[in-house]
Amino acid sequence: MSILPYLVLSALLFTVGTIGVIVKKNIIAIFLCIELMLNGANLSFVAFSSYLNQVHGQVFVFFVMVVAAAEAAVGLAITIAIYRNRNTLSVDDADIMKW
Amino acid sequence: MMLFYLLGTIALAAAVNVVAQRRVFYSALFLIICLCALSGLYMLLQAPFIAAVQVIVYAGAIMVLFLFVIMLLDPFSAVPLSEKKRYLGYLGIAMGTATLVLLVPFLLSYDLSRVPRNVTGMAAGTGITRRIGETIFKEYLLPFEVTSVLILVAIIGAVILGKKKI
Repeated sequence: MSILPYLVLSALLFTVGTIGVIVKKNIIAIFLCIELMLNGANLSFVAFSSYLNQVHGQVFVFFVMVVAAAEAAVGLAITIAIYRNRNTLSVDDADIMKW
Repeated sequence: MMLFYLLGTIALAAAVNVVAQRRVFYSALFLIICLCALSGLYMLLQAPFIAAVQVIVYAGAIMVLFLFVIMLLDPFSAVPLSEKKRYLGYLGIAMGTATLVLLVPFLLSYDLSRVPRNVTGMAAGTGITRRIGETIFKEYLLPFEVTSVLILVAIIGAVILGKKKI
């Protein structure tokens, strides 16, 4: 079977994640959408790994998962710190780095 | 092929719901459904190890961390989009659709037959997990060890950020 449907599904998942990152206002929701984008990329990796009969793609998915775990831990710690200091979860209220 | 469309539809519908839901808690629950459907797709692609890791690490550990923080902070908060600049939301959807319009024709026009394949290499079943292990600990040994440093940094960072006074 061709892997093209998998690649298209991967692109769709990535796009939905991108839209979520742009549209969402809640910090945690944006994090969830980033996870969605990572999973879209992972699906591409595994599809190519299956198509090329090589395990390198699966090894990369493994590393992506490790990075996602580290990112989630640090990101959620930052979220808690922001909530403590500002009592909000909206990204529009955490914009002092803009200036 | 049937199974692919079933799982793909579940994954896509759950993904759309992650974005469409107003409450973060429901978004997280839909993301778990999406991750489990993706795990099924990995099984279809003969990647049982990745499928297992997806359920155990992603849907298990990482999403529990997310749900834990959501419950800790603000269980049923819904930051309404309406009080913000609404045109930004439409602009985001337009930009995302533009990304898709760029991506999909590129994929469709991509000639996969030109990519050199390793036809004899991989046997189905448990041998793949063994080969992943060999690849990680031989070819990717240094990146694997650097990963442990990354996780250590993440742990220290999370502990310091979690302190009372920052």
